[in-house]
Amino acid sequence: MARRAQPLGAGPGIGAAACLAALILGTLAAVAWRAEAGGGLTAADWAAVRFTALQAALSASLSVALAIPVARALARRRFAGRRALIALLGVPFILPVIVAVLGLLQVFGRAGWVSEALGLFGLPPVRIYGLHGVVLAHVFLNLPLATRLILQGWQEVPAERFRLAAQLGFGPWAMLRLIEVPMLRQVVPGALAVVFAICLTSFAVALTLGGGPRATTIELAIYQSFRFDFDLGRAALLSGLQIVLTTGAAVVALRLARGTGFGAGLDRPVQRWDGRGAPARAGDAAWIGGTALFLILPLAAIAASGLAGFAGLPPAVWRAAAVSLAVAGVSTGLLLLMALPMAGAVALGRYGLIEVAGLLGLAASPLVIGTGLFILLRPYTDPTALALPVTALVNAVMALPFALRILVPRASEVVERHGRLALSLGMGRGAFLRLVFLPRMRAQIGFAAGLAMALSMGDLGVIALFAGAETATLPLQVYRLMGAYRMEAAAGAALLLLALSVGSFWILDRGGRWHAEA
Amino acid sequence: MRHLAFAAGLLGATAASAQTPELTVYTYDSFVSDWGPGPQVEAAFEETCGCDLKLVGVEDGAALLARVRLEGAHSGADVVLGLDTNLMAAAHKTGLFAPHGVSADFDLPVAWDDPVFLPYDWGWFAFVHDKGFDAPASLRSLADSDATILIRDPRSSTPGLGLLMWVRAAYGDEAGAIWEGLADNIVTVTKGWSEAYGLFMEGEADMVLSYTTSPAYHLIAEEDDSKTAAIFDEGHYMQVEVAAMMAATDQPELAGEFLRFMVSDRFQSIIPTTNWMYPAVTPAGGLPEGFETLARPGKSLLLAPEEAAALRDQALAEWRAALSR
Repeated sequence: MARRAQPLGAGPGIGAAACLAALILGTLAAVAWRAEAGGGLTAADWAAVRFTALQAALSASLSVALAIPVARALARRRFAGRRALIALLGVPFILPVIVAVLGLLQVFGRAGWVSEALGLFGLPPVRIYGLHGVVLAHVFLNLPLATRLILQGWQEVPAERFRLAAQLGFGPWAMLRLIEVPMLRQVVPGALAVVFAICLTSFAVALTLGGGPRATTIELAIYQSFRFDFDLGRAALLSGLQIVLTTGAAVVALRLARGTGFGAGLDRPVQRWDGRGAPARAGDAAWIGGTALFLILPLAAIAASGLAGFAGLPPAVWRAAAVSLAVAGVSTGLLLLMALPMAGAVALGRYGLIEVAGLLGLAASPLVIGTGLFILLRPYTDPTALALPVTALVNAVMALPFALRILVPRASEVVERHGRLALSLGMGRGAFLRLVFLPRMRAQIGFAAGLAMALSMGDLGVIALFAGAETATLPLQVYRLMGAYRMEAAAGAALLLLALSVGSFWILDRGGRWHAEA
Repeated sequence: MRHLAFAAGLLGATAASAQTPELTVYTYDSFVSDWGPGPQVEAAFEETCGCDLKLVGVEDGAALLARVRLEGAHSGADVVLGLDTNLMAAAHKTGLFAPHGVSADFDLPVAWDDPVFLPYDWGWFAFVHDKGFDAPASLRSLADSDATILIRDPRSSTPGLGLLMWVRAAYGDEAGAIWEGLADNIVTVTKGWSEAYGLFMEGEADMVLSYTTSPAYHLIAEEDDSKTAAIFDEGHYMQVEVAAMMAATDQPELAGEFLRFMVSDRFQSIIPTTNWMYPAVTPAGGLPEGFETLARPGKSLLLAPEEAAALRDQALAEWRAALSR
């Protein structure tokens, strides 16, 4: 291919992707290299692989299938509280696992609100534990993310298309066929791949909601190889398998997602004239209301049980909150340093490998990355002294796939729309970056940064592998409080975590789009 | 400028610690937490040892052993505190630990004479429930009843493995049948202790696998006497938590001093109300008020470490098979 002049350089992005791949594969290799002779995969491991793939496929399909009508409703309605609702959509996803599980079970458990309500009518309690429970929990955690990703697809359809559609008098069917389906074909595969990858590495959620060893996932098998059998070879093998499954899904998704079709618009705010009939309005209201209820109830349960313990939170919790904020801040910075160049490189047409490298962060088991880093760092320094920097780095790597899904579509669009003009004006790469690229990406950068910040805040991550007494983060402190029987204080600390995550997410997300509608 | 000051501070700290010897103890995370024994133990030992005691927390007992194996002979640890009898055989086989040479007058329901591993606390596994609940009187009647229980996964939790050994120790080759009977009582299996106990406190099940000493927390710290532990006829499996000195430690005297301190009154009197377990050596002042109200099993069960290690894989397979139906 002849080298064409480009408004941006792809080098930094390719470099970032290479570093990332080296980190993930290097840690995996370190674990495999350290392994003593061990057994290969057992029949039980293969059962775990099958269960993992099945639950992840079901969870991803259902999350995305439900997200489509919800995102559609949110895209074409304007109502009071819409912004708050969209901000709230980020929340379930960033909750620490243990908090999310307890919140969900307070609503859907045997002694939960739903069971109690059923009991009023003399009905038996819901049976939540099983494959359906796993899928329900994963939909709760991932439907919001899928909705945001798809909503973004809707918002990136140029305003001119909707205007033209209105002028031509498109009915719902024509709208669906000519605008919505082509847009979805571009966005949905990526969303599916991301949710599939998240669910693939699920462990505590799957085990607890799955009700027992039937719900053994690959991540649990990795945990078992490390801790129960100390078989590092098997752990590396399983982690490799997880990576193969994720990259396989990613490659399929990227194949399917190719081909854009809307062309450039003038960057005007979107106005919609469709979907004004009563049935459409009622349908949208039902989707939005139903989702809001499904997401808000467990969050309300978490808040309600946290209030009692909130007032008397011990100083150690506040200290941990400060540590978590600092780690999350650094992690967000690192993330943007990796994600923006990578998104830029993808926008210049270097997709494939970079996008796959981006997904690796999700595919790799945190336990394997943490242990690999430990093995690699130990000859040179005391890894416990690096607990916080390592946690910030690993959190950034884990958030990268989401950031890329958010940044890439917009980056491609900016380069496509403005690249030629910038080149013809003889604009340098620095000027393009400063005057065109970054300002146009503000909303997406804000969203990605907010998500990364909140994710890093809520994730227990690798800190548990490295932590000393002084370096506890807030999620670790929640676990420690629970481990010391202090359930009420733990619930209070979880509420603080929730508030900090939502707060930082909201500030960054809004900061990115304060001038725009949406 | 600030990072320069920070670097200077670090250098200063290193220079200072070069004068006082440092003893590094690896332990599980809940030991080092602000609510565990760690802070008090550290303060008490540093009063007398003229050293800097550094506690490093590593998730739980199983992770602790994995960490030490990962580090091998070049481990940063001088002492490892927090293994239990189910992990002892595997720990012993690594050859990384040295004999302690400490003698103490243990108050354990079983005889203890292991030359390498020194106990610091112990407890009986038990199902904890509300006093109002009519609990079954044996594992077998639990399996036959419709009482609901929360347990933990033996692959990720040491108490989870304890229950496996409990059923094995009580029923031998019949264990598989007992697990099949228990399958419909189990609400769910969690990754760790906290999840299960949290769910129990939310009312998800009648009983939760914990220790006979768990009600003491509610009684002493929360003045809530509504919880109790069910006593089973078959006897209760024990968890004995142990510590050991690393063979490759560069501070053998200090490590030995720490182990002697560990079985002394000072350390032992911290244990009951921070780790919520029985101290291995009852301190001169006796147990804290409230511990006398705890239910005590008539019979203690404990498999020898080698036996536990040999049975482990088979017991896990039985458990998986029975619960995967």
